[in-house]
Amino acid sequence: MKDEIKIVIPSRSQNESFARVAVGAFVARLDPTLEELNDIKTAVSEAVTNCIVHAYRDTIGKIYITVSAEGETVKIRIRDYGCGIEDIDKAKQPLFTTGGEERAGLGFAVMESFTDKLRVRSTVGKGTTVTMQKKISVKDDTKK
Amino acid sequence: MAVKITVSGEVITAYLDGEIDHHTAGVMRNEIDAAVEKNMPTMLVLDFRDVSFMDSSGIGLVMGRYKVIKPYGGELHITNTSPHIGKVMKLAGLDRLAKMDR
Repeated sequence: MKDEIKIVIPSRSQNESFARVAVGAFVARLDPTLEELNDIKTAVSEAVTNCIVHAYRDTIGKIYITVSAEGETVKIRIRDYGCGIEDIDKAKQPLFTTGGEERAGLGFAVMESFTDKLRVRSTVGKGTTVTMQKKISVKDDTKK
Repeated sequence: MAVKITVSGEVITAYLDGEIDHHTAGVMRNEIDAAVEKNMPTMLVLDFRDVSFMDSSGIGLVMGRYKVIKPYGGELHITNTSPHIGKVMKLAGLDRLAKMDR
C-alpha cells in the first residue's frame, strides 16, 4: 500500500507555513536533498497561497491537501471548492496576476519549474485541483 | 520582529528575518516602506541572511520595494541570499531589477 496523508486546513494565511512544513515533514522521510525539500515546500506554499488569495478571496473555505509517496515519487494534490479559474493558460502565464500590486504573478511558474509535473483542473464556481509530482533522487549508500 | 531596519546616512538596510510568504510579507512591506518614506534613501539594501524560506511572495516584496525606491532615484541591493532564495529570485529575473551579491 502506498503511503498517504491528508490534511484539511482553513484558508487563513497563517496556515501557509503549517501546510508546507507538514508536507515537508512527510517528504523528509524519503531522504530528499535539501534542494528537493525546499522545492516541494515552495511549490506547496504557492498552491496554498493561490487558494487563500484567489479561490476563497473574500471568504474562508477549506483547503484539502493529499500527499502520497510511491517509490521515489511524491504526489501532492491541493484542492479547493472556491471560485475556480476562468482561463488556466492565462493564469499560468508568468507575471499575470489578479492578486494586486504586491503579487508577482509567479505562483504557477514556481510550481511548474520546482516540480516535475503540474496539472491544473478547474471549474468556475466549483473549485480547483492542482496536482504536482516530483521524483526524489536516490542516494547511493554503498559509496558512503 | 520580521524585519530589523538600520539607517546609515542615505542607506537603509532591512534585515529580513524568518520565512517570507504571503502571510509575513505584508508586515515586512509596511515596516520597510515606512522607513523609506521617512528617510528617502539613495540605497535600500535587503539583507536575506536570516531568511530560512521564501516563496513568490518574496519576489512580490522585492519588486514592490523597487517601485517604492525608484521615484526617490534610489537603488535596490539584495544581499546574503541562500541557494534556495537565489533560485526563486532568478526564476523571476530579479537580478535585472536589483544589484545582487550573494
